[in-house]
Amino acid sequence: MSNVPADLKYTKSHEWLRTLADGTVEIGVTDHAQHALGDLVFVEVPEAGRTVKAGEACAVVESVKAASDVYAPLDGQITAGNPKLSAEPETVNAEPYGAGWLLRLRPAPGALAAAQFLSAAEYQEVLDAEGG
Amino acid sequence: MSVREKVIFEYSHPGRGASDQWPHDPGAAALGDLPAKLRRSRAPELPEVGELETVRHFTRLSQLNFSIDTHFYPLGSCTMKYNPKACNQYAMLPEFLARHPLAPESHGQGFLACLYELQEMLKEVTGMQGVALSPMAGAHGEFAGVAMIRAYHRARGDGGRNEIIVPEAAHGTNPATATMCGCVVREIPVELSGDVDIEALRRAVGPNTAGIMLTNPSTLGVFERRIGEVARVVHEAGGLLYYDGANLNAILGKVRPGDMGFDVIHMNLHKTFSTPHGGGGPGAGAVGVGVRLLPFLPIPLVGREGERYRWLAENDLPQSIGRLSAFMGNAGVLLRAYIYMRLLGRDGLQQVGEYATLNANYLLKRLTAAGFDAAYPQRRASHEFIVTLKRQARELNVTAMDFAKRLLDYGFHAPTTYFPLLVPECLLIEPTETESKDTLDAFVTAMSQIQREAEQEPGRVTSAPHTMPVRRLDDVRAARQLDLTWKPTPQP
Amino acid sequence: MAFIPHTEADVAAMLAAIGVSRIEGLFDEIPDELRVRSFAGVPEALNEMEVGRLMSERARSDGTSLCFLGAGAYEHHIPAAVWAITTRGEFYSAYTPYQAEASQGTLQLIYEFQTMIARLTGMQVANASMYDGASAAAEAALMAVRSNRKSQAARLLVPTTLHPHYRRVAVAMASNQGLTFEELPYCTAEGIVPAASLARYDGEDVTALLVQQPNFFGRLEDVDALTDWAHAHGALVIAVVNPTSLALFKPPGEWGARGADIAVGEGQPLGVPLSSGGPYFGFMTTRMELVRQMPGRIVGRTLDTAGRDGFTLTLQAREQHIRRGKATSNICTNQGLLVTAATIYLSLMGPQGLERTAAACHARTRELLTALTRVPGVRLAFAGPCFHEAVLQLDRPVAPVLRTLARGGIVGGLDLGGYYPELGHALLVCATETKTSADIDRYRASLSEALQAARAA
Repeated sequence: MSNVPADLKYTKSHEWLRTLADGTVEIGVTDHAQHALGDLVFVEVPEAGRTVKAGEACAVVESVKAASDVYAPLDGQITAGNPKLSAEPETVNAEPYGAGWLLRLRPAPGALAAAQFLSAAEYQEVLDAEGG
Repeated sequence: MSVREKVIFEYSHPGRGASDQWPHDPGAAALGDLPAKLRRSRAPELPEVGELETVRHFTRLSQLNFSIDTHFYPLGSCTMKYNPKACNQYAMLPEFLARHPLAPESHGQGFLACLYELQEMLKEVTGMQGVALSPMAGAHGEFAGVAMIRAYHRARGDGGRNEIIVPEAAHGTNPATATMCGCVVREIPVELSGDVDIEALRRAVGPNTAGIMLTNPSTLGVFERRIGEVARVVHEAGGLLYYDGANLNAILGKVRPGDMGFDVIHMNLHKTFSTPHGGGGPGAGAVGVGVRLLPFLPIPLVGREGERYRWLAENDLPQSIGRLSAFMGNAGVLLRAYIYMRLLGRDGLQQVGEYATLNANYLLKRLTAAGFDAAYPQRRASHEFIVTLKRQARELNVTAMDFAKRLLDYGFHAPTTYFPLLVPECLLIEPTETESKDTLDAFVTAMSQIQREAEQEPGRVTSAPHTMPVRRLDDVRAARQLDLTWKPTPQP
Repeated sequence: MAFIPHTEADVAAMLAAIGVSRIEGLFDEIPDELRVRSFAGVPEALNEMEVGRLMSERARSDGTSLCFLGAGAYEHHIPAAVWAITTRGEFYSAYTPYQAEASQGTLQLIYEFQTMIARLTGMQVANASMYDGASAAAEAALMAVRSNRKSQAARLLVPTTLHPHYRRVAVAMASNQGLTFEELPYCTAEGIVPAASLARYDGEDVTALLVQQPNFFGRLEDVDALTDWAHAHGALVIAVVNPTSLALFKPPGEWGARGADIAVGEGQPLGVPLSSGGPYFGFMTTRMELVRQMPGRIVGRTLDTAGRDGFTLTLQAREQHIRRGKATSNICTNQGLLVTAATIYLSLMGPQGLERTAAACHARTRELLTALTRVPGVRLAFAGPCFHEAVLQLDRPVAPVLRTLARGGIVGGLDLGGYYPELGHALLVCATETKTSADIDRYRASLSEALQAARAA
């Protein structure tokens, strides 16, 4: 049973979103994702300033047995990639919703309002259907 | 107790060396015309060891390996059959070894005859109209195959066709190859029976379909029963069929890819035609084509005019996808495949599929009788089959990986593990036709013993192997703390 | 039946266990209309003695010639120990080292190879091999495009002094992924690419520059100037090098101010016989920052659960069996057996042996050129130093001369007419340490006769 915090939003591709006080959105991968990948050996996060479109691959998480793209859930501009992860990729395994955040972005005007994400309950349904 | 063999640099001492291997010193003046600014300032740090030390070191390293010559090696999809010594001996005759690739054809007619006849024999056993021998591995052959499909569509003004359909159970090289050819991959599901989902295929084909990549039997170890229908669906949509020859050993002598409707195939000569695996190559990925793709074959090929053989290159095949190798591919490997086919001959080649399938079905039957779960219990095995250990993983916390490692202690190389990805906790087992019934029985005995250990003493299995030169290795550390070249330990 | 151990009794017992009466019954899932009846087109089996005789006859009819041809494949002395060990069954018939505990021999050997080839090229990290030098260069082009994030163009500059087959392979393998290769002309007097000729690309988006050293003509390029230009213009440098030459010449890691970014080449000179063109192996080395973009297998050292050193394949998440459609390449099987030979060769030769070999090649080639240019109608094409190959220009067509030499048991070189028509009647010749003064004199005499005969005709 993986952890699915109630106060976050989710995508079907196992990313989570948290809106920060300054209007930027913080994004990471879920507990289910980190568990499925196994111990992470490498994480690549995007550079600040880069513009991304929804659905665009903007980060990579790599374990011994798998490498996965992480997709931008919204149009926007990257404000930060988590600098801790290049030296300590295992942070994503230990604290996927906290210190293991991957990137922060400022959504394009209207993008956040228009977007549709899963609630914690809906994401849990996705996991149940997958058998995780 | 085992003593670790040192890294060769640890035997190195300045001034040592196998000096009788070195040419005589021409003197510094001989290099006088070379510009100083291009010269190396310090000698490369290669090991300085004597000949006996070197021989001992590498001989000892070899003794740390499992190999076909020493162990049963039932790696699914790899076809680890016996590599006949005759193939090596005659491929390494001094005249073949000494010949330069660009030497005149007049002085290579013997060599070219072998390659020409190999092309012809491969055509016959696969039912194809043309064969090119230059791709240097299966993946390289796949690249050639998909590139030819693209070239065919472009030549017909249909260059928009850029989608390659791949079953989700396919080997990773298939989608990787499609991407390398600038194509987009469309995956289709496989049914529980192991066959491709025909309805999903019908939905997936269309005006953008370049082709479909299939293995038959599939990577699940079962024959694609509706292959005729698959071929019809794809051809009617304007696409071509590509055959991944990794599993050719199952059907050699029984069915031919050309007869199944495939337009292009690659063969793994280092699997089906028994050239050596060499610790990771060299392979040879010869490609075969139907008449539609003949103009696009990669060059060079061997052609014959009367009694004379010659290379066919760019001028002879102006629409070729081009040259894939600096010369003509892995020539020595091709000679080995040729010798193998001559040793088996018409009848022997027909029996390969029979005995490979007999061995696989016998082993499957004995393992299921011993209580193991087949992934596709309703299906015949082809030349390989899948056993799933998901019940053992759930009930005993012992995984396919654990069984694989414990098999090493019993003197067997493990089967392929965790491929195909669709079957959880799987072992893909391919005995090949060159193994005896006794060996197969011994394997079943070992598996049964490991099962008993898993039930009674699981720690013994989960911490295996116990008798190998190393215990299980920390893959995570290997990827996080990259140590990819040897460095001397700093002296205090 | 060749290599099938089953007796009739075995077969009967096995069929009984399976529950079918004949082996044919195992193929009941295959539609009848697809079944093959016989391989009429394949000859009957030969036993080993007969195969041996056939192959020996064919080898004998090909014979051996005195070889003065290089052009990407070089005849060198190979110590007897190299293939005696390489053909040991434990190396020869082992698989790719996926079960690391059962493959420590192969894995440690590859680790040693990676170390040696990285040091030889002056770079930081190597992979376990590519198919050959040409495909390694093609893969390096793809790697440079992946790695050079600042370049949008996927555009590579390729000197025409890079081996013509390498250029063709690069186009065949990489152009489907949208790469463009632009040829840089060479100076016909010098036989190299003048660094100044790059000036016309100033201000343009170039992703990478390839440089072969020594180049296809055996001439020495100005690698420092070419490398510095590329880096100053945001392009990566791919070095294509001969490993024997690296005993004498500055390695790619030391080219220019920052060193080349990727170094590749053909490994055949390191203990692999000419063998009609293969199997050879390509090597690839790079800087540590680019290691995740490098295709192919890589071996790393780590610890086992008992705290002991061990070796394993690593960084596999980049490869086809995991990354699938997003892999760095589709390469799977590489050229492991040849890497085994090369590692043993480099261990036996060591730095001194390799340097002596390179020096002897240079000395022999100079001797060859001196001898041949004494023959009327033969001159050097290019002024300037070259290493172990050079281009001669004859005063008449090359092909008939080569045919005459071949009849006399000499492979005289490569006719460049098809590749570089602007050079006229041009011949690429090579002499390695395996040639003696007597061999060179025999070539000189035969060439002289062949030219005289051609004049008289």
